[in-house]
Amino acid sequence: MNQPLMRLQGVSCAFGNNLALDSVSIEVQPGEITCLLGDNGAGKSTLIKIMSGVQRPTGGTIEFEGRPVRFESPRDAQLLGIGTVHQDVGLIPLISVARNFFLGSEPTIGWGPFRRLDHGAARRIALEQIAEMGIRRVHDADQLVGTMSGGERQALAIARALYFGARLLILDEPTAALGVKEAAIVIDQIKRARAKGVALVFITHNATHAMAVGDRFTVLMHGRVAAQFLKGEKTREQVLDLMAGGEQYTAMELAD
Amino acid sequence: MTIETSPAARPSAPGRIFAASWFGPLLAAILMYLFFAVTGGGKGFLTVSGTAGWLNTAAELGIIAIPIGLLMIAGEFDLSTGSVVGAASIIVAVGTGFYGLPIALTASAAVLLGIGVGSFNAFLVNRTRLPSFIVTLASNFLLAGSALGLSRLIAGSSNVSLKDAGFLEPVLATKAYGFNISIVWWLLEALLGIWVLQQTRLGNWIFATGGNLDGARRAGVPVSRVKLTLFIWTSVSAAFVGTLQAVAYNSGNAVSGQGYVFQTAIAAVIGGVLLTGGFGSVPGIVFGTMIYGIVSLGLFYTGWPTDWLATFIGGLLVVAVLTNNLLREAALRRGRGRS
Repeated sequence: MNQPLMRLQGVSCAFGNNLALDSVSIEVQPGEITCLLGDNGAGKSTLIKIMSGVQRPTGGTIEFEGRPVRFESPRDAQLLGIGTVHQDVGLIPLISVARNFFLGSEPTIGWGPFRRLDHGAARRIALEQIAEMGIRRVHDADQLVGTMSGGERQALAIARALYFGARLLILDEPTAALGVKEAAIVIDQIKRARAKGVALVFITHNATHAMAVGDRFTVLMHGRVAAQFLKGEKTREQVLDLMAGGEQYTAMELAD
Repeated sequence: MTIETSPAARPSAPGRIFAASWFGPLLAAILMYLFFAVTGGGKGFLTVSGTAGWLNTAAELGIIAIPIGLLMIAGEFDLSTGSVVGAASIIVAVGTGFYGLPIALTASAAVLLGIGVGSFNAFLVNRTRLPSFIVTLASNFLLAGSALGLSRLIAGSSNVSLKDAGFLEPVLATKAYGFNISIVWWLLEALLGIWVLQQTRLGNWIFATGGNLDGARRAGVPVSRVKLTLFIWTSVSAAFVGTLQAVAYNSGNAVSGQGYVFQTAIAAVIGGVLLTGGFGSVPGIVFGTMIYGIVSLGLFYTGWPTDWLATFIGGLLVVAVLTNNLLREAALRRGRGRS
């Protein structure tokens, strides 16, 4: 675990006079879950946009496997194996599981004008991959994605990213819109991905979900790193305080 | 909702057929046919010439309705087809009938016009992100006026005759027992449409573009290219129909195609295509077009005043839109829980 898969050093990002990120440094290790915590507006989304190549930083350096990199587009990041699953997942509800799984990278058979989709392979692989992710309720690859629950859709999106070679997976608020049981499914997926040696960046403002799986934590506040610590070094209450920026949050919680 | 290991099987074959988006339109087409067989059968609806009548009408509509339907599945709309039909027919008629230019040249010009209009529509939609409804409405008017103005200016009339279309006569104007060759072209295009939608990557991208534009883009689908392809396919089909009409009916008319502007979209919606995009099928569009043909010719055979045709079509459209929503809901319920 000496060499981080990705390392950001002193990364800043300014929009005009507004400094969204101020000299943030973060390390992402393979086989570990790095939790990115922070309240709304803390700079979480700017940071993941930089990591996934959507936004270019105005300062600092990014290293991937020890080599400095500059992402000109999300495509550059994808080619290195950086996958991103957005909160809205980006699936197409009215087409099937198999069609969604391979969207944009469809397997084909045949030649020339007779080149056609390999539906058989697509169905088989899609079902295998989501079953491996622990989704046991989906047995029919022709089932429309719109019939799946929110947690199952997250799992499908994660399985897809991993199948297409993601070594670093950025999950943007994967549990935010889910109920308790559904969130538990997604947390389980995240653990499975970690067991495979994938580096995960888990963005959330839910400290409980973060504490349940995180190996290392970065708390952002107003674009700066408020704290960085390892698993077990802080209690949930301390983390909540850090996220809220003081004592008030604990007071609010206790009053409830 | 819990995730558990359960022996829930794949939905049965009848269940799949029922949930397919073309099942409703097929049922409706059969019902419409039976209705007019009863009310108009005695006056010749069921005869060979009666059958040829509604199939001929459906074929010319259907050649445009198929790509219109695919475009609607991709989440866009094209109201410019009417003018392309008229402009293509007048180009061929003025070029070959009036000036005596070779038909190969004028027919190619008509196809080029189709490619041009489709590219123009796609360019504006992709660049400006304006709704295709307004973009193609504008191009429909631009082209309608230009076609009318130019044909009057050049030939002195908006209706120009075309006596001999050379090698295109057998290709576009053959008739057998009253059935026009346009029916063959329609079915060939339907086969192509089914192939594209079910068996090619483009088909997957069409569904994705209309179903979730951002999701499709993030998954690497070239959404602008998908739209460009479909806008061009639509306009070229309209140009094909315009050329076919000029050759088959021996005259080109600059304003003849305006009926197609809404008829094609109606046929697609009756055929189960969702107006909001992302859902539909080519067989459904074909059945929807057949319904349009059966109703518009069937009413004639009943002996009832044909003034009521539009009312009939309008009612059908309302029923179709409501049924489509129910079918989509049913498709999304299938597999959810075990209800």
